Amino acid sequence: MIGMNHYLVLSAILFAVSVMGIFLNRKNIIVVLMSIELMLLAVNFNFITFSSFLHNLAGQIFVFFTLTVAAAESAIGLAILIVLFRNLRSINVQDMDKLKY
Amino acid sequence: MVGISLYLTIILAPLVASIIVGLLGVRLGKRASHSLTILGVLIATVCSYIVLYKVQIQHVQYNGPLYTWLTVGSQRFSIGILVDTLTSIMLVVVTSVSLMVHIYTIGYMAHEEGYERFFSYISLFTFMMIVLVMSNNFVQLFFGWEGVGLVSYLLIGFYYKKESAIFANLKAFLINRIGDLGFLLGIGLVLAYCGSLNYDEVFSKLSSLSTIVLPGTNWSITTVICILLFVGAMGKSAQFPLHVWLPDSMEGPTPISALIHAATMVTAGIFMVARLSPMYNLSHTALSVIIYAGGVNCFFLGILGVIQTDIKRVVAYSTLSQLGYMAVALGCGSYSIAIFHLMTHAFFKGLLFLAAGSVILAMHHEQDMRKMGGLAKYMPITYITMLIGSLALAGIPPFAGFFSKDMIISSARLAYDNGLPGGAFAVFTVYASVFITALYSFRLIFMTFHGKERFHHNGHHHSSPKESPWVVTLPLVLMAIPSIIIGWLGLEVFTSGEILQSSVFNISWYTRHFAEEILTPIKMVEESFLELPVYFALAGIVVAYVFHKVDGLSAKFVKLIHPVYVVLERKYFMDDLYINVFAPFGRGVGKFLWTIGDMLLIDGLVVNGSAKVVGGYSKIFRKLQSGYVNSYATFMVLGVIILLTFCTSLIFSS
Amino acid sequence: MLTSVLFYVFAFILVFSAISVVTAKNPVHAVLFLVLAFVTSSCLWLMLNVEFLALILIVVYVGAVMVLFLFVVMMLDIDVETMRKGFWKNLPLAIMLGIIVLVEMLVVLINKPMVINNIPDLANSSISNANQLGWVLYTQYSYPVELASLILLLGLVAAVALTLRKSEKNAKYQNISKQVAAKASERFEMLNMPSEREIIEEDPQEGDKK
Repeated sequence: MIGMNHYLVLSAILFAVSVMGIFLNRKNIIVVLMSIELMLLAVNFNFITFSSFLHNLAGQIFVFFTLTVAAAESAIGLAILIVLFRNLRSINVQDMDKLKY
Repeated sequence: MVGISLYLTIILAPLVASIIVGLLGVRLGKRASHSLTILGVLIATVCSYIVLYKVQIQHVQYNGPLYTWLTVGSQRFSIGILVDTLTSIMLVVVTSVSLMVHIYTIGYMAHEEGYERFFSYISLFTFMMIVLVMSNNFVQLFFGWEGVGLVSYLLIGFYYKKESAIFANLKAFLINRIGDLGFLLGIGLVLAYCGSLNYDEVFSKLSSLSTIVLPGTNWSITTVICILLFVGAMGKSAQFPLHVWLPDSMEGPTPISALIHAATMVTAGIFMVARLSPMYNLSHTALSVIIYAGGVNCFFLGILGVIQTDIKRVVAYSTLSQLGYMAVALGCGSYSIAIFHLMTHAFFKGLLFLAAGSVILAMHHEQDMRKMGGLAKYMPITYITMLIGSLALAGIPPFAGFFSKDMIISSARLAYDNGLPGGAFAVFTVYASVFITALYSFRLIFMTFHGKERFHHNGHHHSSPKESPWVVTLPLVLMAIPSIIIGWLGLEVFTSGEILQSSVFNISWYTRHFAEEILTPIKMVEESFLELPVYFALAGIVVAYVFHKVDGLSAKFVKLIHPVYVVLERKYFMDDLYINVFAPFGRGVGKFLWTIGDMLLIDGLVVNGSAKVVGGYSKIFRKLQSGYVNSYATFMVLGVIILLTFCTSLIFSS
Repeated sequence: MLTSVLFYVFAFILVFSAISVVTAKNPVHAVLFLVLAFVTSSCLWLMLNVEFLALILIVVYVGAVMVLFLFVVMMLDIDVETMRKGFWKNLPLAIMLGIIVLVEMLVVLINKPMVINNIPDLANSSISNANQLGWVLYTQYSYPVELASLILLLGLVAAVALTLRKSEKNAKYQNISKQVAAKASERFEMLNMPSEREIIEEDPQEGDKK
């Protein structure tokens, strides 16, 4: 029988993989953004799991709002990316060092 | 309420005039400037006389705070007004002399640069002095105290392009700092032990102080406070050994010498001690200290007046000597007599300075008496008024100075009879000084107004000297009148302390003695011819006359007492002592603190050191600030991991 | 038994696709693997009886956000080779950190297992998941829902504002203030046109003279 721990372990693995993703693709901002999406997914997974097993709708409500915010966030993030690309002709994070000067 | 607005008018009228003239003077022009400031002081003077009338006749007194400007814990610091008999007398003296000086200045400064500035300063000074006199607490007293010191500094250095004036005002300022330090320490002790700085609250707690001693010593706290406060008075009232600034302050224009360095500011110390008489009555040690300081001033500094050749310096040394008289009176516990002498002195010494200024004006700013002589026939008004002033100064009956000085002599003898330590010294100095005073004041009169005319020799004064304009002579006449009569008016009330009742408390033996003996001016003049002082004074005049008449006598005499003369010439080496011993010592200490304390410890170790530490760490840590977005993201995730590890360990440790 | 098998299958696909996302050479592939990961997790959520959110995940995330990602990745000219630089250098560190995170979480999960017993299902099983959520969202959480809608609006406006290029000539945009300031009289012009006449006998100039 699949219990709650199975799902929790699964989301932990998902989270660990996305942490790895951030470190692996330090040059590629798009994959970093995708890793962040994966991280959010792992967190949402936890919420859903608890909500389902505890018979409490609050977790699902939370996921609902997380999805809303994540959608807005990725829309703005990608918009920034496009503006960045227009200005720099590259999305190489190595070129994004304007903060330093 | 009418009372308070009256008092406020006295305080604010000169201030407003001073501010307006100070800021807009150059645009207003000379005429408007002097009219405005004279109007301000005139208002204050008239109101002061109203206050005097109200206090003395109607017995209306006032003591209360106006405005609280600081509250620390339960301690409230207020601006307050105290109007009692002492204040009313001081107010009249200050504003009257100030008014005379204002009018006189129109003539004296007519062709000087900075005319408007000068008027602004003297009005500001009047304001500060009124604040000092009217305050009901130590803080406001200190404010007025420092204020008059500041204006004095500004005015001594009025000719700010003149080297000696700059030196003199710096000297006055520094010497006054020493006194002010003592004063401030005294105020601090009062606050610490009485818990308040209001006069009446402090006085009400005095009896509980008598058993307290300064921690670590067996000195009574009252004595320590009194002596420290008197150190402040020493600075301001030029008592030995902090007197050295006063002769040099003659670098300022003459009206200032009259107003500040003779009639009013220098008497602030005397006023302060009289104001705090209940406190001083408790400490005979402090009284003895005052006697010794005053006695030295009175006699030894008076002698210096005899050898001066600068007309203003003679008057300056006589001021030192007369301040010494006042201090002796204070030291003998007869505060009302000190105030009496303060008042008479304010008029006749102001008169002498103004007359000296008139002479200087006629001589085209020549101050050396050796280049004067025979001026009596050219400037009769100046001559007569100055003669009146000198007679008053010398203590010849029935002029004002005679009464106050004679009372000081009586009180010194009374103090000696009652066994006050230093009483003998007081008696000796006051007797001896009578002779000295008469000697130098008439030496001045003879050298300036009689004998050969020596002023034509130096070439460029071709026209003969003229009497000064009416704006100069009017104040002379107006001040000569009180110099004659004020002694008659004041003697009885001051002697019995009646006029100063409930504000100045004479020492017990004095009150007891004068409760039995009633003095009238007539009786006193009659009796004076049976006593020594008058003959001492007459002897002084005679000696001055002899030295004046017999050519070469003074030169021979100087040769005879040459070593003594050198000592006097160098003013007992006091200046040398200050310049060669105290100043280098102070500079040495300052340099030590500067190099070791300031440069090495504070600048080097604390300020630059901490900056260097921060800079060093920054050099390492700024490598983390790559400016790349991804590295910040990496560190964020690293932080999350560390937090996770921490939380995990928390779960297991619990 | 079937659920266990399904769980393990989906879990395997999910982990595989997640690893592929972070290791893919081509960003387009990474996006596609991400889509796969979302779809699989949606299936897993269905197994937990969370139908509404599972569908939302597919509709909103796969349908909108992931497509946006795909657009961006394809639109931008990405130099894949420079992007991959440092991948192998970072690999040991990344694996180590990933393992640390995983081990820490697993240690907690295994050593302090949560025991859930007999928590009653208060909801009426006859009401669907979407219905239940709806009841709560529009009553208890109505205010946060409004806020969430504002956040979405903000995201919309921000994305448009960021990418809109007013400086370029062919860019089209509205000038709001001009629109508001427009007057009715400027919007349309009243023209007086003569009506066509069929009768030729009459003078054609007559209509113009009126």
